Amino acid sequence: MSLAGKRFLIAKPGLDGHDVGAKVIALALRDAGAEIIYTGLRKAPDFIAKVAVEEDVDAVGLSILSGSHLELVAETVRQLRALDGGAIPLFVGGTIPTDDQAALKDAGVLGIFTADMKIDDVVAAIDAALS
Amino acid sequence: MSDSAHGGGGKADVAAAPAMPSSMTPSGIEIPQVATADMVQGDPGSPGEYPFTRGIFPNGYRGRLWTIRQYSGFGSAEETNQRYRFLLDRGQTGLSVALDLPTQCGYDPIDAMARPEVGKVGVSIATLADMETLFDGIDLAGISTSFTINGTAPMIYAMYLAAADKKGVPRESLTGTIQNDILKEYVARGTWIFPVRPSLRLIADSILFSNDATPRFNPISIAGAHVRDAGSTAVEEMGFTLANGLAYVDEMLRRGGDVNRFAKRLSFFFYVHMDFFEEICKFRAGRRVWAKLLHERYGVTDPKALMFRFGVVCGGSSLTAAQPYNNIVRVGIENMAAVFGGAQSIFTCAYDEAFQIPTEFSAETALRTQQVVAYESGISKTVDPLGGSYYVEYLTDQMDLEITKVIAEIEDYGGAEKAIEDGYLQSRIAKRALERKLQTDAGERVVVGQNHFRHEDEGASDFGEVFKLDEEAAGQTIERFNKVRATRDGAAVTQSLQRLSDAALRDDDNLIPYMIDCAHAHVSIGEMVGALKDHWGEFQEPVGL
Repeated sequence: MSLAGKRFLIAKPGLDGHDVGAKVIALALRDAGAEIIYTGLRKAPDFIAKVAVEEDVDAVGLSILSGSHLELVAETVRQLRALDGGAIPLFVGGTIPTDDQAALKDAGVLGIFTADMKIDDVVAAIDAALS
Repeated sequence: MSDSAHGGGGKADVAAAPAMPSSMTPSGIEIPQVATADMVQGDPGSPGEYPFTRGIFPNGYRGRLWTIRQYSGFGSAEETNQRYRFLLDRGQTGLSVALDLPTQCGYDPIDAMARPEVGKVGVSIATLADMETLFDGIDLAGISTSFTINGTAPMIYAMYLAAADKKGVPRESLTGTIQNDILKEYVARGTWIFPVRPSLRLIADSILFSNDATPRFNPISIAGAHVRDAGSTAVEEMGFTLANGLAYVDEMLRRGGDVNRFAKRLSFFFYVHMDFFEEICKFRAGRRVWAKLLHERYGVTDPKALMFRFGVVCGGSSLTAAQPYNNIVRVGIENMAAVFGGAQSIFTCAYDEAFQIPTEFSAETALRTQQVVAYESGISKTVDPLGGSYYVEYLTDQMDLEITKVIAEIEDYGGAEKAIEDGYLQSRIAKRALERKLQTDAGERVVVGQNHFRHEDEGASDFGEVFKLDEEAAGQTIERFNKVRATRDGAAVTQSLQRLSDAALRDDDNLIPYMIDCAHAHVSIGEMVGALKDHWGEFQEPVGL
C-alpha cells in the first residue's frame, strides 16, 4: 500500500512523555510514503489543532499513554472545530482501555490503535479509513 | 480467575511454535551450542573484590536481602498513603513513590496544562502539605523511600527534607533515592523542563548538598530502564547509562567534587526483560565496566566508590495485554535474573501494571512473587551461584566488550550531553523500537499469547478486577492546594522565592538550601519551577525522526 501524497500530524497532547509509539508509527507511515509532521512532547490541544489546520494535514494521530485520553481527545476535537478543522480525521494510539473506546469513537475518533496491534495492520487501517 | 483470561476452551493455536530458536541473544551476541572453558577469558575473581564481577558484597544476600520496593502512587496523597500502609503491612521493605505528570513536569494542579492529568499516573505533590499527608503515620527514619522524579527532583527532595524537619526526624538519618537523572529524560522518558546545562547544575547541586546533609541518601539513580523500555537492547541500555554516568562524574568534577566521596552515592536503575542469561550477564558486566572506568580513568581507589549499586524493575514492555496472567510468570523469571545479577533493590510489576493502575490483588501478587524468590527458591543463599559457569562467564565477557563499544561510540560522537542535545540517541532508539516491533509483528521474536500460542477464539484481554481511580481525588488535591495558598504567609513566600531566583543567577551557589526554605514556606512546585524558568527557559526538543 502507499500513502504517498498524504500528510499526517503525529502529536503528543498533555504531559505524557512516552513517545516510542508515536515515533514508531511516524516512521512506519513515512516508510509507507506519507509526509510526517511530529510535534514533539507536551503540546496543548489548541496548539495541535492550530498546526493541523495551518499545515492542512490529511489526518491527526494523537498518542496518549497517561490515562487522560478522554479529556485530551475531547479538547482536541473542540479546538479543531473552533478552527474549522472539524473534518480532519482523528486517530488515537496508546494505552486505551476497551471500556473507553466507544466514548472516543462517539467523540469523533476514526480509529484507535494499541501496542499489541501489528504496525502493518495499523498503517493499513489508516489507509482504508482515509480512502 | 476468569476463564476468558486464558482464552477459554481447547481451540487450536493460531500460531504454534516458531521454526528454530535463534542462536543470538536479543543484543546480537552469538550463543554457543555448548560453552566450554576456552571461551572464558579469565577468572571472574571473588565477590566483594574489584572489579566486582561476582557482586559488590563478599557475603551477597546473606548479610542483607535486596530491598523489596514496589512502585506505587495514584490519586490523592491520602489514597496513596493508604496503599503504602497496605504494602508495608504485607512485608514490603521500602517505599517507591510514583508521582503524577504535573508534579514531574513542574506544573501546579490548577494549571490548565495539568488539570486533565492530576493524580493519573502517580500522586500529586505540589506543596509541603501534600508531602506531609503522603507520609502520615510512616516513620521516615525507619524506611527508605525512593522517588521516581527527575525534572523536579531537587524540589521534591527539598519538600521531603522539610517534611522530615517538621516531624523532628534528623536529616542525616534519612535513607532513600531521588532518581534525578535528567539525561535519560531527554532520551526516553520525557519529563525534562530546563535546558541541559542548568539541569546538570541542579543535579550537581543536589549531589553536593546531599553528600553533606543526608549522607545515607542516594541523590541520583542513573537509569537505563526507560531507554530500554523505549526500545534499546540490553547492551545499549547499559552502555547509554554508563555514558550518562560518566557525564555526571565529569560535571561533579567541574564543580569541585571529590570522586572518591560522591561516587559512593551514585546508584543505578535498570529494566529486566525476558532473556534470562543476557539480563544476568548485563549486570555482571556493567558492574565490572563501571568499576574499571572509575578506577582506570578517574583514579578512584576507595572500594566503596567503585561499587556499582543498582535497583531494577521487572516487567514493563515485556508484559502483554493478551493473556495477562502469563505476566506473573514473566515477572517471576525476571525477578530471578535480577537476583542472579546481584540487584540491591527490586520492583516487580503487577500483571496488569502496563495497562492500568494495579489493583490491591495484582499488587499483592507481585509482592508475593518476590517473597517466593527470596524465601522459597534458595537462590539467595550463596553468592553469585552462576559464577564460573562457562556460558555465564563467556556471555559476561561478551557483554563487557559490547557495552564498552557503545560507550566509545557515544564518546566518539562528542559525549552523552552532545549526543542528547543533537537528538542522536533519541533517533537511534526510535529506529531500534521500530525494528523490535516489526520483529514481534513478524513472529521472529516470540511473545507467548500475543504472536504465538494464541487461541482462535480469544476475545479481548480480561484483567479480572479493574482498578478505578477515585474521581474525587483530583478535586481533593486541588482543594488542599487552594487552602494552602489561602493560608500561607505571603511575605515568606515572596521572600524565599526571591532568594531562590537570585541564587539561580550565581553559578557557584547551591540552590538546594533555598528550595528547602521555599518548601517550608509552602511555596509550590510550579512556583519554584517558574522562578527558574524565568532565567533558564525550557529545553528545546529535537523533533527530527
